Amino acid sequence: MTSAQEKSETLSALDRPNSYIGKTVPRPNLDRLMQGRGLYVSDMELPRMAHVVFLRSPHAHAKINGIDTSVAKQMPGVIAVVSGSELSTVITPWVGVLSHLKGLKSAPQSAIAVDRVCWQGEAVAAVVASSRAQAEDAAELVLVDYEELDAVTDMRTALDPTTALIHASLGDNLAFERNHDAGAVDQAFAESDEVVEAEFVFGRHTGVTLEPRAVVADWNAAEARLTIYQGTQAPHMVQNIAALHLGLKESQVRVVCKDVGGSFGIKVHIYADEMATYALSKLLRRPVKFVADRVESFNTDIHARDHRCKGKIGVKRDGTITAFEIDDLTGIGPYSMYPRTSAIEANQVVNLVGGPYVTRNYRARARVVFQNKNVMCQYRAVGHPIACSVTEGLVDLAAMKIGMDPIEIRRRNLIADDAYPCASPSGLRFEQLSHHAALAKLVKMMDYDALRAEQAALRAKNIHRGIGIASFIEVTNPSAAFYGVGGAKISSQDGVAVRLDAQGSVICQTSITEQGQGSESLTAQIVGSVLGVSMDRVRVILGDTDNTPYGGGTWASRGAGIGGEAALQATKVLRKNILDVAAAVLQSTPGELDIVNNGVVNAIDGTPRIDLSELARIVYFRPDTLPPGIQAEFMATRHFVPREYPFAFTNGVQASWLEVDTDTGFVKLLKHWVVEDCGTIINPQLVDEQIRGGVVQGLGAALFEKCVYDERGQLTNANMADYLVPMSGEMPDIDVGHVVSPTLETELGAKGAGEAGTAGAAAAVTNAVNDALRPLGTIITEIPLTPQVILTALGRI
Amino acid sequence: MTTAVAISLVVNGEHVEANVLPRLNLADFLREHLELTGTHVGCEHGVCGACTVRLNGDIVRSCLLLAVQTHNATVETIEGVSDSGEIADLQSAFRERNALQCGFCTPGMLMAAQDLLKQSPCPGREQIREHLSGNYCRCTGYQAIVDAIEITARARAGRLP
Repeated sequence: MTSAQEKSETLSALDRPNSYIGKTVPRPNLDRLMQGRGLYVSDMELPRMAHVVFLRSPHAHAKINGIDTSVAKQMPGVIAVVSGSELSTVITPWVGVLSHLKGLKSAPQSAIAVDRVCWQGEAVAAVVASSRAQAEDAAELVLVDYEELDAVTDMRTALDPTTALIHASLGDNLAFERNHDAGAVDQAFAESDEVVEAEFVFGRHTGVTLEPRAVVADWNAAEARLTIYQGTQAPHMVQNIAALHLGLKESQVRVVCKDVGGSFGIKVHIYADEMATYALSKLLRRPVKFVADRVESFNTDIHARDHRCKGKIGVKRDGTITAFEIDDLTGIGPYSMYPRTSAIEANQVVNLVGGPYVTRNYRARARVVFQNKNVMCQYRAVGHPIACSVTEGLVDLAAMKIGMDPIEIRRRNLIADDAYPCASPSGLRFEQLSHHAALAKLVKMMDYDALRAEQAALRAKNIHRGIGIASFIEVTNPSAAFYGVGGAKISSQDGVAVRLDAQGSVICQTSITEQGQGSESLTAQIVGSVLGVSMDRVRVILGDTDNTPYGGGTWASRGAGIGGEAALQATKVLRKNILDVAAAVLQSTPGELDIVNNGVVNAIDGTPRIDLSELARIVYFRPDTLPPGIQAEFMATRHFVPREYPFAFTNGVQASWLEVDTDTGFVKLLKHWVVEDCGTIINPQLVDEQIRGGVVQGLGAALFEKCVYDERGQLTNANMADYLVPMSGEMPDIDVGHVVSPTLETELGAKGAGEAGTAGAAAAVTNAVNDALRPLGTIITEIPLTPQVILTALGRI
Repeated sequence: MTTAVAISLVVNGEHVEANVLPRLNLADFLREHLELTGTHVGCEHGVCGACTVRLNGDIVRSCLLLAVQTHNATVETIEGVSDSGEIADLQSAFRERNALQCGFCTPGMLMAAQDLLKQSPCPGREQIREHLSGNYCRCTGYQAIVDAIEITARARAGRLP
């Protein structure tokens, strides 16, 4: 082995001279989006394309006695009016269960309701016309004879024997229950100096992607092939499910995902109306476009949260937390969502409560019940905000009870940074977390002591400011343990194919997808760094099942950690292949050569030897000049899936500084801090912006966002004027800091960062509000913290 | 309401003649008739700001205007202000600061930002946040957008940050 070989093997690929890893570089191809020249599905037009509008149930629960489409069918431009039973000849129903969620049950769901509707907003008929306006006109003339049934709306009474059954075949309204008992909980509570209990209430909210869900389905009868253009996070999952229920082979379905106007988990599912659109295209043998309008989005995009969780914590006078106990109840709508199921969030709550802390004593029950409300499923930071708010709320209540500072009680109970690997009481395995380093950094960033002094000074002036702290853990880089083991055909593996083209540029096809996180950028950064080429030479192709390797996509904070590692490994192979050919051409050895700045150089001194463009020219056009026996392979493919750890946990801590107006009940957010540890940081700016965006979604849940249903199951605020989202005027600046503990499971070392912000933001805000109101003796454990909630708690209204 | 009405207007500097139904809103007219799909439709009830365009120099919600109301008017969309180079520096600041993720709000956000910068050469952060408070962004959390606008304002005022 030459010294040059030794050098190239000991020098990590990430330390190479032209590394983009760890650097802030602008995302490629932003001009397209900034000039209004992107291609979102809602922009798409195809020849002979028709538009579908769904007539939706005005009732939360009703029998359909008949549908009269005769007048609607005569309207101008109408191509077809299709009922649920008619569409069921084309597409089969589904049941949203997975085998690893033991006991989870649900009922068959159809693309369009057949005989019965189970929530306000469920589609009862499809009207297909030449334009959307014509379809909407005709939809008004479809006559549906409904017979209203009792609606199950309150999750607290959903399991009562006197409550109506939503699905008689299931026997009760319980979808799923999980119980967990670790350590010696009763004994721990008995030995505690104080035991504090509270009930935490979380409003139902939703994702409000700015581009509503959109799909164009194009069945080409002559090719016997369906092309689905859809804003989705998981193209191969869509391909599998569409094929399965339309009676096609996967090879007959292509899913193309161009620009996506926001996803956040809303677009990782497959909705009944999307299934109906695929089926309508097949039925009508032409492209059919469905774009939800905003009211439909509120009524049909998955909702999330909606938990009532009783929590209990034991603590000793020295601050030692002795045990956690929770009893969580959540309502999921009438069906478990397909194919990821609606039991995952409650399951995550059980997994995550108490996760940052040392105590081994933990008991949990979670029950998931059906309701006649819109379906509920995984949205950004699934379960984390619930678990974090309950845990951190309890920790603060315990601290308050024993008169200890919130930072101090956390210092005394967070798992030590040198205690890893270890496991949580719910069985989660942690490879390496950094709670204490993160907390120390946060305290410094926010100048905690100065802030406390400022708070005290202002209290004397009757100004109520509060500081809230929330430590958290986050599930990232999920292995097959998440879905695959339960029977879902959702890949946990991702693949990357990378090739050198004839002009020395690089084309990289990856199975992860882009919805603005920066998947394209991080892939190009990794490929450029490992190969030794400039990023502008790397073109990344994503979002097309015909043109990328098979893989999971971008969700559950997995794109960088899993797709990024596949990119790294594929590029290492390509690099080796290039150096092998270069060595033959240059009469050298691969170990004596390196690739730097788009050219092959001497490893030892960087002397240029041959440009990649010249090498590519020889390989592609004059292979006859290569030495005998040399066959260049300028394309390499590698896949990656985590195998050692089911999830790569990350951790962090957030802090909120805010002011409560006790006269109006308004909360003014003054500042927010986050320190998180996502392992290797590929692009600091993109990570920070993921954190900030995630925080603001959590702040929305904390202060504004709630789907308000009445007792009959009517969603009363299904528009953006009444459902409030965070706007720029109310949001604070957010400071982000990092601790870096790379995962050793990959060479890249990256864990996920997409959900950390959302995981802890609401907990920090709630704790800060309670901190602000402490002199008034008020504790609030309900979000959103609207003026009404706050004034009610203060006894002002 | 079913008879088309002839309208004549200037869109991004080009004369446009069209026959439109009175119920057609300006956003749909731009997107579907003129195929200027950079103007996005997010809520169709005037809250989200994704459809922001300039009408006779002022920013408006194109989902709240009817196409027939633009007869004899001048309309400028994101495509127009991009091609003219009017907001090239603002777009560059958005790129450098990663002030967009999914990009769906971005055309409307840029139109609103440019409107502010024309009215107020050196806006403070609070003023920027206030001016953007009718433009919804679900991805960024707004801070990067505020930064990019602040950077552009300083640069235009000759005071580089």
